[in-house]
Amino acid sequence: MMIRKCDIAVIGSGPGGLAAAIAAKKNGAKQVLLIERDREPGGILLQCIHNGFGVEIFKKDLPGPAYAQHFINEAQEVGVNFLLDTMILEITKDKRIFASNKTEGMLEIQAKAVILAMGCRERTRAQVRLPGARPAGVYTAGTAQRWVNVEGFMPGKKIVILGSGDIGMIMARRLTFEGAKVERVLEIMPYLSGLMRNYVQCLQDFDIPLQMQHTVKRIIGNERVEAIETVAVDNRWQEVPGSEEVIPCDTLLLSVGLVPENELSRQVGIHLDPLTAGPFVDNYFQTETKGFFAAGNVVHVYDLVDWVTGAGLRAGESAALYTNNKLQMNNKKIAIQHGQNVHHVIPQFLDIDSLSAREEQLQMRVTKPLEQPVKVQVTDGKEVIASKALPYARPGEMVTISLKDKHIDLLKKAEQLVVQIAEREE
Amino acid sequence: MNKNGNYDVIIIGGGVIGCMLARYLSRYTLDILLIEKESDIGSVTSAANTAIVHPGYDAISGSLKAKLNVAANPMWDNLAGELQFAFQRHGDYVVAIGEDELARLDMLLQRGKQNGVPGMQIVSADVMRSREPNINPAVSGAIWATSGGICDPFGVTIAAAENAVLNGVTILRETVFEDFIWNEKRIVGIKTNRGIFTCRRAINAAGLFADAIMHKAGVRPDFKITPRKGEYFVLDRTDFTVNNVLFPVPSDISKGILVTTTVHGNTIIGPNAQNIEDKENKENTKSGMDEVFEGAKKLVPNINPRHVIAVFAGLRAGGNAACQTPGIGYSHDFIVEIPTEVQGLVNLGGIESPGLTAAPAIAQYVVELLKDAGEKLQEKKNWNPVRPARPQFRHLTHEECDALIKKDARYGRVVCRCENVTEGEIVAEIHSPIPALTYDAIKRRTWLGTGRCQGGFDMPRVTEILARELGVSQLEISKKNGASKFLCRPTKEDGGAQ
Ligand SMILES: Cc1cc2nc3c(=O)[nH]c(=O)nc-3n(C[C@H](O)[C@H](O)[C@H](O)COP(=O)(O)OP(=O)(O)OC[C@H]3O[C@@H](n4cnc5c(N)ncnc54)[C@H](O)[C@@H]3O)c2cc1C
Ligand SMILES: Cc1cc2nc3c(=O)[nH]c(=O)nc-3n(C[C@H](O)[C@H](O)[C@H](O)COP(=O)(O)OP(=O)(O)OC[C@H]3O[C@@H](n4cnc5c(N)ncnc54)[C@H](O)[C@@H]3O)c2cc1C
Repeated sequence: MMIRKCDIAVIGSGPGGLAAAIAAKKNGAKQVLLIERDREPGGILLQCIHNGFGVEIFKKDLPGPAYAQHFINEAQEVGVNFLLDTMILEITKDKRIFASNKTEGMLEIQAKAVILAMGCRERTRAQVRLPGARPAGVYTAGTAQRWVNVEGFMPGKKIVILGSGDIGMIMARRLTFEGAKVERVLEIMPYLSGLMRNYVQCLQDFDIPLQMQHTVKRIIGNERVEAIETVAVDNRWQEVPGSEEVIPCDTLLLSVGLVPENELSRQVGIHLDPLTAGPFVDNYFQTETKGFFAAGNVVHVYDLVDWVTGAGLRAGESAALYTNNKLQMNNKKIAIQHGQNVHHVIPQFLDIDSLSAREEQLQMRVTKPLEQPVKVQVTDGKEVIASKALPYARPGEMVTISLKDKHIDLLKKAEQLVVQIAEREE
Repeated sequence: MNKNGNYDVIIIGGGVIGCMLARYLSRYTLDILLIEKESDIGSVTSAANTAIVHPGYDAISGSLKAKLNVAANPMWDNLAGELQFAFQRHGDYVVAIGEDELARLDMLLQRGKQNGVPGMQIVSADVMRSREPNINPAVSGAIWATSGGICDPFGVTIAAAENAVLNGVTILRETVFEDFIWNEKRIVGIKTNRGIFTCRRAINAAGLFADAIMHKAGVRPDFKITPRKGEYFVLDRTDFTVNNVLFPVPSDISKGILVTTTVHGNTIIGPNAQNIEDKENKENTKSGMDEVFEGAKKLVPNINPRHVIAVFAGLRAGGNAACQTPGIGYSHDFIVEIPTEVQGLVNLGGIESPGLTAAPAIAQYVVELLKDAGEKLQEKKNWNPVRPARPQFRHLTHEECDALIKKDARYGRVVCRCENVTEGEIVAEIHSPIPALTYDAIKRRTWLGTGRCQGGFDMPRVTEILARELGVSQLEISKKNGASKFLCRPTKEDGGAQ
């Protein structure tokens, strides 16, 4: 079995992994190996041929592959080594990575630091427990996206989409362009789970009906989907009797959520946060296992790629410092908890000392839509340390707040931090 | 195929029973045809059950079920060795919750003794808790039956069928029995959707449809199969597992809802039991899913719906045949017989649980019946009992994987990220003795697509490989048969401008 050595191994070449590899290299890591199971680097961006990438970083509206290409070029320029078409099968705590590919067989890669950037996976039919038959024609939106955008095939002609996630809405538009009829999009919650911008541009502009508080009651058809029976639900997700409707169609697409992909992290024994299904991380994007860093959708699910790139850059920089023994390791870290209206916060731990050199951004998702002016607050449990006003907050859109050197004194006194979103008193 | 469609024996139905029969009969100098209505063998009840090799304490004493179950159980170690399928024997438990249920354990223990089941003992609540930390703390005791086992039921079926093919049996899929051809009162052939095949003997192994087939032969006009649906959940093994096979104390109608480990390491829960009309209806229902959860929680309270990665359902072929032993008022027994009112028929029916377990004993029993009926069975000189398994990447050591990839590079590309199934394995199944021609056929053979992403990742890759290997367009590739194609047409040439 072949053995390779490197300073930093990056698992996954999506925008998170690409940025991490570039930053690691730029911050002095000698050998950076970027490992990807697909034949091309770029991650999920390769199948996202729609515009909408890079609004923050490039102030431009790029298609996914163009956004990825920018970073692929840069990674090549700074001397990142790519190992493509290679599946990582196992990682040990002492940073030995076992992988396989067609040309080298089984590989053992020995690294000084590992950056996890495996992205996320889609929730499936079984995870939302949809009753009915099990015919062909029930696909996750991402699988359909790959078929249409990468392979050039249509999964169906008459389509119902369950879930108002971004991929589902984007696929509604894409399939309509391709001549399919998207009968409707169903959402079990009383609010949108994706971005408002996608609702307007992908559904509204194409007259695709979105039914809130509706779900699939039954999938009909033994061989291929023949119809979907829908039903309205109340605020406690209970079916409303008599509201059933049978929609003839040949395809059901599911856009019912994404889950960080952490099979490898679990093998290592990295501590995962049940709220995010990703590793607990500090502001260096280091996990609770020394020398293992994580960035991008593997940590928590992002809505905008720019933030993923940002996280990757930080993880790469930190990993490079770590391999050169320059990363602050022994500072006391303060725990960050989620408070009112906040589902989770990244990072979960903060090294306050790092604020003397840079701002630290806290990223969060809200638990429910707050359609009025709100205040994002970082508190020590009682006193407000930092605060930011927003016109509204929605679950589909990540919310951030930054901590700066001016907060250090107050932070030093705090035992823990609680991040909450309060309705704003005008 | 045999030259003119002339055979000695035709087996109708390619479930575990038909395939095991084919394998046992392939030992003799007979020309054998097995026909299967679906696009693959073993894709009906034999692919959707609890996968347990039962010790035999459950079946009513004196019934054919009990006799064949107990006879079959010890045959499995050898069978698994010869046919090289996954089989583990760690015993099973019947768990009493609360003091009231303890009495039922004694009843089962007595029945087991009467049926001749070896190795049964009562274990205390403390022992049960230590062997299965997730068990309901209110456990009051359990039966441990050491001869219980688990297997890959489709794996058994395909292995038996392949072994039969290697020993000269012909298998035709998508071939539907329509009627018998008679010479007076003797069956001399069958009509199918693919034409006529002649034979000296036909064997009815049609599972849920065995009643219709025996009625065509004019045998047992009152026999009726009532499908009884059982629904299941599969749990993610990285989230939650039990280490054992756990039964509740049985009710009068069913063995109850189990919590059990599988040879793939996932825990499954189920089945419930619901009589239905439609023999094709394998839908999961909301009420069924709720019932399964309630039932499973009785044994293992911390089972969580969030750990579910798959659902499925199977149909028991519940019959109404009276037990032949006098004095036993039991009317759901197996039928395994050579009827006397017609000639040339071997008739099986009502092969519900423990039919999988009993399969090798049923096959052996049919051999005996044929001998008794005057069939001169002559052993082949070159019969080979061994079916060599194909390599499965995920079960190999790193060194073995490396060696395999060096021999065939396609084993180096992992196509299913959850179960680590490689392109090499998929290609091998497409070109195997009973070729896998659909996605589901590959899934059952390799276990690809069964993990937590449920094929979301591998599906486009598998359709591509299938199309390439079969020399057809991806548009032709289906989930289970021609009516279940994945894709409908290519995208527009211009890519549907944004
Ligand atoms: C369909 C979709 C549409 C989106 N639309 C927009 C948009 O319009 N605008 C926007 O700003 N953002 C959008 N996003 C969000 C943003 O693109 C993603 O959050 C971002 O791409 C995530 O990057 P990542 O690097 O974390 O993960 P990914 O891009 O998923 O990359 C992970 C990589 O890791 C590899 N990998 C995983 N496991 C292994 C292993 N064991 N061995 C080897 N390699 C492995 C994978 O193959 C993959 O290439 C969209 C996301 C999706 C899914
Ligand atoms: C929910 C459930 C749980 C179970 N659990 C267990 C268990 O744990 N242990 C155990 O030992 N047993 C168990 N069983 C029982 C076991 O699964 C069955 O006894 C066994 O699979 C029956 O095999 P078979 O070959 O008779 O039927 P099948 O697998 O149904 O095969 C019959 C075949 O005949 C074909 N056929 C039908 N009509 C025609 C026709 N006209 N022409 C051509 N072909 C035709 C069908 O397509 C089918 O493939 C369980 C069953 C169920 C439903």
